[in-house]
Amino acid sequence: MTEHAWRLRGAAVAAAGALLAAGCAPGGGGAPNGGDLQGVQLKVAAKWTGVEQDNFVEVLSGFEEQTGATVEYEPTGEDTGAYLGPKIEAGEPPDVALLPQPGLLEEYAAQDALVPLSGDAAAALEENYTGYWSDLGSVDGEAYGILLKAAHKSIIWYRPEAFDAAGVQPPKTWDDMVGTTASTLSDAGETPFAMCGASGWTLTDWFENVYLSQAGPEKYDRLTAHEIPWTDPSVVDALETMAEVWGEGDYMAGGTDGAVQTDFPTCVTQVYGQQEAAMVYEADFVAASAAEAGATVGETAQAFPFPAVGDAAPVVVGGDIAVAMSENEGTQELLAYLASAEAQTTWAGLGGYLSANSQVQPDAYADDFTRQLSQTVLDAGEDVRYDMSDQVPSQFGATEGRGMWAVLQDFLRDPGDPEATAQDLEDAAQEAY
Amino acid sequence: MAHTPQPPDAGGGATTEHGPADPGPPGPGENAPEGHEPGRAGALGPPSWMALAFLLPALLFLGAYMLYPIGFSVYRSLWDAPGTTFVGLDNYVRMFTNPPTFVALRNNVVWVVVAPVVVTVAGLVFAVLTERIRWATAFKLVVFMPMAVSFLASGVIFRLVYEQDPERGLANAVITTVQDTVAPAGDFPDASPREGSGVEPADGGYRLAAQVSPGGEPALVPLVGIAADDLPASAEPAAEPGAAADGAVTGTVWLDFTPGGGGAEGAVDPEERGLPGVGVRLVDDGGATAATTETADDGTFSFEGVADGAYTVELDPRDFTEPYGGVTWLGPTLVTPAIIGAYLWVWAGFAMVLIAAGLSAIPRDALEAARVDGATEWQVFRRVTVPLLSPVLMVVFVTLMIYVLKIFDLVFVIAPGSVQADANVLAVEMWRVAFGANDQGMGSALAVFLLVLVVPAMVFQIRRFRRENS
Repeated sequence: MTEHAWRLRGAAVAAAGALLAAGCAPGGGGAPNGGDLQGVQLKVAAKWTGVEQDNFVEVLSGFEEQTGATVEYEPTGEDTGAYLGPKIEAGEPPDVALLPQPGLLEEYAAQDALVPLSGDAAAALEENYTGYWSDLGSVDGEAYGILLKAAHKSIIWYRPEAFDAAGVQPPKTWDDMVGTTASTLSDAGETPFAMCGASGWTLTDWFENVYLSQAGPEKYDRLTAHEIPWTDPSVVDALETMAEVWGEGDYMAGGTDGAVQTDFPTCVTQVYGQQEAAMVYEADFVAASAAEAGATVGETAQAFPFPAVGDAAPVVVGGDIAVAMSENEGTQELLAYLASAEAQTTWAGLGGYLSANSQVQPDAYADDFTRQLSQTVLDAGEDVRYDMSDQVPSQFGATEGRGMWAVLQDFLRDPGDPEATAQDLEDAAQEAY
Repeated sequence: MAHTPQPPDAGGGATTEHGPADPGPPGPGENAPEGHEPGRAGALGPPSWMALAFLLPALLFLGAYMLYPIGFSVYRSLWDAPGTTFVGLDNYVRMFTNPPTFVALRNNVVWVVVAPVVVTVAGLVFAVLTERIRWATAFKLVVFMPMAVSFLASGVIFRLVYEQDPERGLANAVITTVQDTVAPAGDFPDASPREGSGVEPADGGYRLAAQVSPGGEPALVPLVGIAADDLPASAEPAAEPGAAADGAVTGTVWLDFTPGGGGAEGAVDPEERGLPGVGVRLVDDGGATAATTETADDGTFSFEGVADGAYTVELDPRDFTEPYGGVTWLGPTLVTPAIIGAYLWVWAGFAMVLIAAGLSAIPRDALEAARVDGATEWQVFRRVTVPLLSPVLMVVFVTLMIYVLKIFDLVFVIAPGSVQADANVLAVEMWRVAFGANDQGMGSALAVFLLVLVVPAMVFQIRRFRRENS
């Protein structure tokens, strides 16, 4: 319908922008070293705020210095999809957007809202990333996205003080964790786990780690693509394994009722602030919440790798994927810059950043903790997997009160019947795929 | 939208002055006889193009901000998610066959039926009561104050009020305080038996599976699960029970966990501490209690002068009672009533102020006459005050109904993620579908449906305004 009208309007705005840019260029003076993108203005949208935003802007300023372009950063708020949706509808998307889910990437690609990578950007992806990562950002063989900032989702945070009081060590296997660590902590009067049940995505992360380790990467990929149904025995097995923790109300701070109502940063506070529990499972970004709760990361807040349920310990990674949303000049150059080891090494030095780029060396990181995390990602190599719930359609994997989130919350409330839960997951998946 | 409430005394006053039977002077508008109109307008009134020019800004404004969005929503609701394929009424069909929408619809019905009634009644009660007290203005001010707080902030406040943990949630803090005064919690609610030690749970307390007899082996009762910090200050290092003399039963109740690990399970180790003040009962084969005592600070206990026979050692359940955890306000069953409670807190003041204004406009002589005729206060309220107030009550009720239909913020903020699906309402569902799942076709369909639901209430309001103004 009005699509034409919108498009026209978008074109008019772009034309006006170009005129403006043209008007500015001669008198502007621009960057000291006079790059080839003098006067070009680009917009980048991502959900980062605060320190994360400052660091990213500093990385962007490297591009500005090299090329003379101006890059404007737009924070999208927590819900990137809700921010970009209307912008796309109105025909005025940012030039580059950081999508928190590949599911969103597929959706936008299907709507023709994305521009495929080309030139230097495509080459940088090829050069710096393993095959798994380029596949992740591709739809129908066309490469659209670059995993820019990774989040390590296979670590369990603990309070060393509680472990010392109970005389336990970080466990190596799931059985140790449930059998020895948790029960000894419980005997010592320490509640083993804080659960973040009100934040559905933390529960899907539990499932992904258990499933990846127990069923293996190949099944993980097939389940992600819905090539095997959720009623597959491997899913039921994984749910049964999870019930070893989720079924024990005494193992969770606040019991089952409390666990289902506790949202994400609150569960971290339960461990490090109120000291009501000894362990909390979530990604590397827990560090920020732990520090807010008064703990010192590396000393009073430590983490161990998610223990192996099957043969190998899982490495699940989440993260933000950079995509081009316009054909404006400079967009592909900016993506090529962001994908480069140079930009990401700068970022790694600023802290709070983990790269999936195989050219970024572990010694680029500012602290030991991130260095170890990056090492586990490099070690796991081709067996690293991206967060499943973010790859499936967002209605199934990333919507409050729907799909995986809601079904796993029900499972946390009552983990009595894994087969029925698997059936519920399959029903929800059927609807979404 | 047209839901800004009209001051009710204006309406009430107008009705009493003119009365519906009184036609009043004819308005200058369409009621005037046909014959006069054209000539008068031609000679004295402004030309019609000028009227149009004056109306134009308002028309443009209404068109751009009201009519166009409504029209576009209706149009958009006939297209699929990306807006490229025409799907006819498909979105509407999907809407009514989709379980989450159904839950939202059901909750909306609950809201519309319950919330306006509860708030209007509360407002009426406050208004009538404040007529009779001194400091009425101060009281009204306090009740009205939540209206000045944004819905979002109210939501955040009530999210905290309903928190499960009594340490943080006000509602549960009140309930548990009362409950703990009536039935206090035990000293060791977290305790559990050391596995494999022969201690088993019994009626909330614990008992030793093996029986004891006077002069025999001492009774060892190892318990675990108590944090070292939670032990009473009087607790001393646990002592091995002394050898029992003839006719005596001895034993120890202690925390069988060496801080930092180590120590033998089921044995009294040097760093382990006794549990003081635990009630111990000696129960004979017939189930009768033969003797009771309490443990000393080092966890030991002893019974003297016990008759021969086999006895079971039991620990008093009262020492292990768990503290009452409070009500799960934000669980799947109570979440909607809990949010309606928050809504009442916000809107009771609004209802009270409008009704109080209406109340002051009621002719006093009607009430006096009823009292003189011997009516009780309840009869006056029921038969005179309420009927005279009914136009105002209706305004409050219908206004609340319109507000309730579009309820969004409170539900969105108060319900934790795990019960969002259970607390869902149409407006939240619309937002979630349009901007979360990015299906603006379906989102528009929901918006149109919401509009259709609000229309009857709006028609009612508009009609009422017309009646009052005529």
